[in-house]
Amino acid sequence: MNRVFIANRGEIAVRIVRACRAAGLECVVGVSDVDRDGMAARLADRSVCIGPAAASASYLRDDLVVQAALGTGCDAVHPGYGFLAESVALASRCAEHDLVFVGPPPSVIALTGDKLAARAQAEAAGLPVLPGRAVGSAEEAAAVAGGIGYPVLLKAAGGGGGRGIKRVGEPGALPELFALARAEAGAAFGDDRVYVERFIPAARHIEVQVAGDTSGAVVHLGERDCSVQRRYQKIVEEAPAPGLSDAARSAIREAAVRLAGALGYRNLGTVEFVMDMDTEEFFFLEVNCRIQVEHPVTEAVTGRDLVTLQLRIADGDPLGFTQGDVLLSGHAVECRLCAEDPAQDFRPSPGRLSTFSVGTVPGLRVDTHCEPGATIPPYYDSLMAKLIGHGEDRTQALDVVCEGLEKLEVSGVSTNRELLLDVVTHPDLRAGMVATDWLRSALV
Amino acid sequence: MALTHDEVREILDIIDSSAPGEIQVRTEGFSLHVVIGDGVRSTAAPEVPVPTVADAGPTPPTDRLETIESPMLGTFYRAESPGADPFVDVGSVVEPDTVVCIIEVMKMMNSVTAGVAGRVAEVVPENGQLVEFGEPLLRVEPA
Repeated sequence: MNRVFIANRGEIAVRIVRACRAAGLECVVGVSDVDRDGMAARLADRSVCIGPAAASASYLRDDLVVQAALGTGCDAVHPGYGFLAESVALASRCAEHDLVFVGPPPSVIALTGDKLAARAQAEAAGLPVLPGRAVGSAEEAAAVAGGIGYPVLLKAAGGGGGRGIKRVGEPGALPELFALARAEAGAAFGDDRVYVERFIPAARHIEVQVAGDTSGAVVHLGERDCSVQRRYQKIVEEAPAPGLSDAARSAIREAAVRLAGALGYRNLGTVEFVMDMDTEEFFFLEVNCRIQVEHPVTEAVTGRDLVTLQLRIADGDPLGFTQGDVLLSGHAVECRLCAEDPAQDFRPSPGRLSTFSVGTVPGLRVDTHCEPGATIPPYYDSLMAKLIGHGEDRTQALDVVCEGLEKLEVSGVSTNRELLLDVVTHPDLRAGMVATDWLRSALV
Repeated sequence: MALTHDEVREILDIIDSSAPGEIQVRTEGFSLHVVIGDGVRSTAAPEVPVPTVADAGPTPPTDRLETIESPMLGTFYRAESPGADPFVDVGSVVEPDTVVCIIEVMKMMNSVTAGVAGRVAEVVPENGQLVEFGEPLLRVEPA
């Protein structure tokens, strides 16, 4: 592997450029028309414009990505997260053209993309799954939901990442919500299969980072807690998960490694779980076949560069370390700074940055593509920067992010900084674990 | 005289930090006049004319030429098949619907039409070259 094509934008494209530098690889970034002058384009060895601003005509076109990668002499494609990161079409097309796809094999992406198939696989591997199953009609859904007990969740088989979920509070609401869930799933994911699952009221979102190489070796790199969410989207993440008993922590890590082994998982991935706050019972949710937005908290506590590791595994290298070599040090917290307007119900706030500066804080890492003069275009997600604080303990890590947020200077767009500050200084969060519905009730 | 990215940014910063009034920026081969405040142009949506490749072309009366830009990223082909005559050459007369080249994306051949009537003044990329979205393909002297 000599030259990597980066099929993404924003902070993750910059992050991959840096990983390529660290691994001694050249890189070419494919940009849309409005990202030509962006930081990733400038830092990469070369950039090519793959299409107009609309992602459907640029960042989501696997044919253009492969054409551009071949035309610029690349021998690998890194898809980042979002866009084509879990596209079976891109992974297969890369394979057809002898390009290394930095991610798991297409068959694994296909299996985990089908949430029902992934659930069945997890169950077969002995992982706890939430009571429930696929349902073909409102009557069947009612029968399953009655057996489980309300409230239940209706989920789309083609969904994932918090999309395509409906909460059903009582039997009377089921027929209508079932019809709606099915229609929406068909329209959004091209797959109208729906399943019913038990709903856990006081739930934490805990995920385990795993890595597997071509020899079949699989390790975990600890877990992350991503329970601070707004409308099913994560905004603050941390590693390790606070307040877990030793038994629950080792059980959840072991479950993730067991599933990754059963799947023949290669490269980096994340196994997501929902955990009952009161009982520490955990259940498999889904597998994410990509580098995740929140990977830096794991990097901070393990001291390992996960994106470089992705590139090395994709190139056929062995992991180069064993489970016993994975040592966690201290605590890390990440905040997602987004261009959103709190006064307008957190609507995206695109614009040109007249100021963007991050103060120097010991223990603070900032992953960003923002700089003075840069534009936040209205076409993509609003993530501007990730502030990652690493400290000896959780309080110190939270203090680092807090100081980073206070020293941050941004003008030209509105941001969610005040909300993030409220979160990282809030007594509930400072006291320890929170549930996924905490933010809604505590702050927003 | 093309401006560098940093120079453009420097100019934008000057404009951004200026009080209402008028600004003249002049360098070799480039001048810019900005009215801030009660002028027509707002600095919040800067539309500073940045010299493009077309402005710096080798043929002197470039302002009369229309540039046909690539509608997509792909491989540029001047002819239907290897060995065949090119669709157009310098001097060819084209109509808006004349096919001037092919852009190949993953074995899909996409015909590009002139979109303008006139005479071909320049064919920019080499045959078989990767062209980006928006890259100049041909320059045409409009009829």
